Amino acid sequence: MNWFKYSSPQTFFPLAGKLAPWFGVLAAITCAAGLYLGFFVAPTDAQQGDAYRIIFIHVPAAWMSMFLYLVMAFWAGLGLAFNTRLSGMMASAVAPTGALFTFLALWTGSLWGKPTWGTWWVWDARLTSELILLFLYFGFMALQAAIDDPRRADKAGAVLALVGVVNIPIIYFSVKWWNTLHQGASVSLTKAPTMAATMLTGMAVMAFGFWFYSIAAALTRARCIMLERERASEWVGDYARRSA
Amino acid sequence: MLAALRCVIYRDLLLAVRRSSDVLTVLLFFVIVVSLFPLGVGPDPALLRTIAPGVIWVAALLASMLALNRMFASDHADGTLEQMLLGATPLGMTVAAKILAHWLISGLPLVLISPVLALQFDFPREFLWTLTLSLAFGTPVLSLIGAIGAALTLGLRGAGALLSLLVLPLYVPVLIIGAGAADAAVSGLGGQAQLLLLGALLVFAGAFAPWAAAVALRISTE
Repeated sequence: MNWFKYSSPQTFFPLAGKLAPWFGVLAAITCAAGLYLGFFVAPTDAQQGDAYRIIFIHVPAAWMSMFLYLVMAFWAGLGLAFNTRLSGMMASAVAPTGALFTFLALWTGSLWGKPTWGTWWVWDARLTSELILLFLYFGFMALQAAIDDPRRADKAGAVLALVGVVNIPIIYFSVKWWNTLHQGASVSLTKAPTMAATMLTGMAVMAFGFWFYSIAAALTRARCIMLERERASEWVGDYARRSA
Repeated sequence: MLAALRCVIYRDLLLAVRRSSDVLTVLLFFVIVVSLFPLGVGPDPALLRTIAPGVIWVAALLASMLALNRMFASDHADGTLEQMLLGATPLGMTVAAKILAHWLISGLPLVLISPVLALQFDFPREFLWTLTLSLAFGTPVLSLIGAIGAALTLGLRGAGALLSLLVLPLYVPVLIIGAGAADAAVSGLGGQAQLLLLGALLVFAGAFAPWAAAVALRISTE
């Protein structure tokens, strides 16, 4: 199979159109299952009571916010290296979803912080780095919006995204650097998790749900971007005539 | 190649001397912003002593950002930049020379005046050198990172506000570590670790930022 077949907007557009609804359905199913596990199956926490249950949205959203920045930077770097149009479109399609999850992580975090820490916001390392991540997403989108020429917008955004990637390890290691109020990570690859298995399962299922949602949203947004940028081309004209 | 770099630095410094008001504006901005804080938070010496490093660092951040617009703008306007892009000297080296000149013009004056401003805040005298050293290591990093932003926003409408949105988040680690150096010195821990970290950031940014800025310049002038 020739993978480069789908590296042009013309062939990728129908593929994205076919895939997006499937990922949307998968996202709905896994999110529903994850929320059911989180709200009805998982046991009540001994210290935090039911307030902890926001973890099922908060932690997967925080994971996705960082992961999507890497995805965005990956596409941006690919576009910069190989000068492909589609990569830049994918990068700009991923950015709003990443910003959404970053905001969601901050918002649910402050909702969680109020009952457990007694405050909406602290200038803790992780919260601060997540906030910076949100600013990085905004900067990326603002830069792309300010440049009229889409090719220049893609490349300039790519440089910014790659520079911003330096921020991701700082987020990750910040807990060790300025350890303050935020609890240490409860899930790690090297030692057994310090939480009940059902909680972990619920979080993992939610993470997959968010993942599927991100793919569906990015593909749908990429389709819009493709139509907009390729509007002068023949295949968009054909598509418009067929769907009219 | 070194002759070309020396030429770029000399030219930028000469331009700055001929238009010295540009240099002074940034310096005065720095002094005024720092002087506003006591008016805002009150003249309590104990409070001022604790916030001094943070205030001076934030003001330095803003002042160095204010100066970024000029790094490539006039060269872009009169076509000098295109000659640099076409020239035989590797663009990354030319950009590095421009960044160095820019720091000498807009960063170094801030470093030199910062001990005086710190005295205004009743900052303990024995730790002044830590604060000044942290700025001496940190402000070049600001110029290096800022060059990438300045190159990316070259010739865009609303470039000034956009530039702050791009660059300020990237400045955060420098701010945290830089202000932390003087804080650590005052609290008796010694600011050495932070100064070493700043030095590491400087080396890291010095090695990579000019090349990133060069790529960004090529994108902006296509």
